[in-house]
Order: sequence, then C-alpha cells, then structure tokens
Amino acid sequence: MKVNEMAGKLSLRVNTTKGDLDRDVTGCYISDLLSDVMANAQEGEVWITLQTHPNIVAVAVLKNLSGIIITNNRNPEGETLKKAEAEGIPIMLSASSTFETGGSLYRLLRC
Amino acid sequence: MKTFQADLHIHTCLSPCSELDMNPREIVDRARERGLDIIAITDHNSAENVEATCRAAQGTGITVWGGMEITSSEEVHVLALFEGQEALKRMQDMVYEHLPPLENDEQFYGQQVIVNEFKEVMGFNRRLLIAATGLNAQRILDVIASLGGISVASHIDRQAFSILSQLGFIPEDLRFNALELSPNVSRTEAESRFASLKRFPWVSFSDAHHIMDIGRRATTLLIKEPTLDEMRQALTDSGGRNVVWE
Repeated sequence: MKVNEMAGKLSLRVNTTKGDLDRDVTGCYISDLLSDVMANAQEGEVWITLQTHPNIVAVAVLKNLSGIIITNNRNPEGETLKKAEAEGIPIMLSASSTFETGGSLYRLLRC
Repeated sequence: MKTFQADLHIHTCLSPCSELDMNPREIVDRARERGLDIIAITDHNSAENVEATCRAAQGTGITVWGGMEITSSEEVHVLALFEGQEALKRMQDMVYEHLPPLENDEQFYGQQVIVNEFKEVMGFNRRLLIAATGLNAQRILDVIASLGGISVASHIDRQAFSILSQLGFIPEDLRFNALELSPNVSRTEAESRFASLKRFPWVSFSDAHHIMDIGRRATTLLIKEPTLDEMRQALTDSGGRNVVWE
C-alpha cells in the first residue's frame, strides 16, 4: 500500500508538502522512545508516535522509514516540519489515539 | 584551588518515589558522613524542600544548592541547578504552570512530603509531580540559562527518562551544560559507550532516593569556592578549574 492511499483510508492529515507519498508502506513500527525506533524499526515502515521533537525526522531518515504518523491530535513543532520538508519525510497527523490508529493500520496491512 | 566533593542529584521525601526518611536533617548528616562538600536537592518538578535543607546545613560547612529534576514534554529528565531562592522560585512557578492539572495519587505513586529542618511534616504537595510538564527540553534549557542556572541531562545511560532513550541522540542545538552518568556505569564503560558525546562535560551523581545512596557517586570539583559560577568554569575547564569523577 502506498503512503497516500494509507493516509486517505486512515483519514490522516498530511502535514508536509514534500516527501514521497507514492512510496510503499511495508509495515509499521509503534514507539515513543526514539532509541527503540533506532534499534528496531525496519526500512519502509511507517512510524506511529506521540513525539513531536525534530529528532523524529532524523530517526526516520536514518532508518529510511516511509513516513511518520503523529497521533492524538498532537501538532509537530515548527522545526520538525521544516526538517521533514528538507528531508522529504511525510508527516501525517491522526486525530485518533495510537491504539485506534495502529489498529486501523493493522487491518489495512495485515487483514 | 581546592577540591570539593559534590553530589548534585539528591531527592527528598517530596519526590513520590523517595523514601520518607529522606528529610533535610538526615540528608545533611549522611552527606557529612560521606565527606561531601556540596549537595543539591533535586526533587521531581518541585523545590519545596530546598530551603529547609539549606537551614539544616547551616554551620555544617556543607554547601546546599537548590534545584529540580524537571520532566520535559518528551519525558526527558533535566537537572536544573540554581544558587539562591529567587531564580529557583521562578523556575518552579513555571514548572507548576505547565504541569497537568491532576492530583497526586498517594496510594499509587507515594507521598510528597514537605518538611522542615527539624524532621517535622509541614504539609503535602498535592500536584502530580511525577507527570511530564508541557515544556519541551529546549524551552527548559532556555529558561534555566536565562535564570542563571546550570542544566544537566540526567542519567544519560538509563533506558527511561533520559535524553538518549527519549530522543535517540542529543540534537546539536540542545546545549546542556553537562551530561550526568548514573552510578550504574563506570568511567571506563561510559568512555566506550558515549564516546560521541565527549563534546559535553560529564558529571556523575548518586540520584539518591534512599539515605544509604547519598554520595555513592560524587564528582570532584577543582574550584576556588563552592559557587555555581565556579562550577560553570570548572565544566568548561576554564582558569585551571575542572571536574573529575571515576
């Protein structure tokens, strides 16, 4: 499934203008500890988190993730968006909780 | 120059996770036994037992600095150290303003006891001090700096509530005055695990929550007198001052 298709089906608001929305989402990793994401996320996965710090972009680039979904109506910091635009990492906002968002995505990817 | 043994990360019974016998009198007594010269009281998101500890230390030769261990919105613990009550009070006001409006559940988290220097209970802090503030790490560092304090990233080797566990790495614009290593790591281990963070000065303190833990790790400051300004110079190796821990 492509990033833009996933964003549509999960009613995510895409917060960045650049970034490859045509990329394949190969899976998903959910964590709010960036050290854990650095250790365990796999290339191509979309990452669901509550963290809004600019470092999330650097971690997504490092792991070559397909995008970041920020849950619970949280808004990324201005610097985070700037970095995401510069690095081409799509940031998507979910109005739902991490549980709801992750559950819906699981159904899309695995069922 | 003289050497001063400093343990600048000590919790009192105001921290819900701390032992109730962590009152100013016991802390100062234990600090003396351990040969400490400077201690700092750093409770979670509050500084209400600092003044009592300063009074308890009067005439003992031990210098007490005020501080707090502030929880950022990213759930990073940041030590804020201050001299004098005014800056500390302003820091505390700001932290209180940005704590969620929830009450502490004593059964679950523990009591948050405000005491005087005579081991008498003066009251209880009802705020949920264990919670994260709405202030991000950058904002906290900016405020500490503007109030003339020293900022230290707490226990960077720990798997929880540390800048590295929460944010993966230290962003370049986040300028901590120092990084703290917990007593769980030796200097040698720290050298190999955190080689990439040598751009920061390193310190190591006890993070004591129990009386017996006070001084289990301390940092030696080679400075002229026990002031925050001297420590600031020691952290940057200025004018023959330095910080050392093994």
